[in-house]
Amino acid sequence: MRSILAAIMRLVTGVRRLPALPHADGPAVYFANHASHMDFAVVWAALPDEERERTRPAAAEDYWNATKLRRCVACQLFRAILIPRREVTRANHPAERLAAALEAGCSVILFPEGTRSENGETGEFKSGLYHLAKRHPEIPLVPVHLENLSRILPKGSLLPVPLIAQAHFRTPIHIEAGESKPVFLARARAALEDPVAP
Amino acid sequence: MDPETKRLLALTGGILVLASIAGYLLSRRATTDSSRATIANLNARIRSWWVMAAIFSATILLGPTFTTVLFAALSFLAMREFITLNRTDRADHEVLFWAFFVILPLHYFLVGIGWYGMFTIFIPVYAFVFIPFRRVLTGETHNFLASTSRIQWALLICVYAVSHMPMILRLPLRGYEGENAKLLFFFVLTVQLSDVLQYVWGKTCGKHPVAPQVSPHKTWEGTVGGILSTVLVSTLLWWATPFQPWQAALMALLVCLAGFFGGLVLSAIKRDLGAKDWGNTIAGHGGFLDRIDSLCFAAPLFFHITGFCFGTGMDPRPPAWLLEWIGR
Repeated sequence: MRSILAAIMRLVTGVRRLPALPHADGPAVYFANHASHMDFAVVWAALPDEERERTRPAAAEDYWNATKLRRCVACQLFRAILIPRREVTRANHPAERLAAALEAGCSVILFPEGTRSENGETGEFKSGLYHLAKRHPEIPLVPVHLENLSRILPKGSLLPVPLIAQAHFRTPIHIEAGESKPVFLARARAALEDPVAP
Repeated sequence: MDPETKRLLALTGGILVLASIAGYLLSRRATTDSSRATIANLNARIRSWWVMAAIFSATILLGPTFTTVLFAALSFLAMREFITLNRTDRADHEVLFWAFFVILPLHYFLVGIGWYGMFTIFIPVYAFVFIPFRRVLTGETHNFLASTSRIQWALLICVYAVSHMPMILRLPLRGYEGENAKLLFFFVLTVQLSDVLQYVWGKTCGKHPVAPQVSPHKTWEGTVGGILSTVLVSTLLWWATPFQPWQAALMALLVCLAGFFGGLVLSAIKRDLGAKDWGNTIAGHGGFLDRIDSLCFAAPLFFHITGFCFGTGMDPRPPAWLLEWIGR
């Protein structure tokens, strides 16, 4: 069921499946720029089959938990990790839930901007990626640059245009010992934006 | 299937078998890395040719409806490549939705029902007018002319021009009733053979580039050799067409020249957009638009000149059931 869905996603968006993982085996954090509702499904569809089976996207709780259908799609189909965006407390902290998934051997997909970009440019990163990297410095952080998604299904439109999307998996990065939050987030953002950055 | 169609299919199969054998022999003789890469690309092209020839032949045999659907799909995929490489922006989004999901299907619906009068003007008149109307509603004036022109060109090249190929099946020709599938086959075979032979001549004895800034691999030797040998082969196929041999030669020359310029024009657009290929869907060839670039400009010319010289006149009126339906 899931692999059929992934094949349909690839057919519709024109995204190619990765021939091999961009990192050594084991769980990873895929972080991507966010432009459309389809983004997580595109990254997910581009992963090799085995990796896809153990990868869980992070999804905004306020949106995906709002109706029964959305909850079913997010939790049953994609096994999403629901993330609160408002009223974040220590008990429901997003990094906790993501870390728990990583510790269970899953990979996660997350969008550090926290919301979809209005204009196709990558916005500032929120701190979630930093907290997660700090807790699990050994886990590779794989930048995934999504191209054309803002043209396929831009924020504010319900009508998709069938352009060819691309998911570029860049070289994985790690947090360095003692690296401060703004420095790390800027480096992560640069790694996502620039194909030659480390 | 009539014997002439069988002969055309057998000929195509024969060319592909010969090409595959040649490709295999060349791959055994290649010694340097660069020649190995060239031969590998050649063999990828030949394998793709088998697939494309099989799909095209099968749909033609299945009849006009299937042929129309095949070309509609081809138009969709070509326009997708065209628009993807064009940096369209947010204000174009709704117009593009109309282009892909309303204008394209409606246009091929007209091909399907064979309403020639509306087929010829639907995109040049109605879509031409509609696109700026819809775009102006967004209130965005930046790049207005460039954006609307890009979308109009996309529709003209990828949809309007391409759709003249299935329309060949509906062209009434003197003494050729019910045989138009062979004419479509003749046209596609001529243009594609010309592409292949220009490539072969260019690779073997090409020296002087025709338009180095537009397409560095197109040479005078390749172009002239490819076109002349294609005209020769196509003339020998006159029995499959409504033409006399000399007429077949002239028509073949015409579509080869139009195909050559069409390929150059689409290369120029590609370079303008900063890309080498339109896509990477067809192994060895690039995108769909890389494969059909020479057909795009040749198809409307071939359609109209054949219709003008050999036709009994297309009926521009809507089909009877449509007139009845609107109560006229």
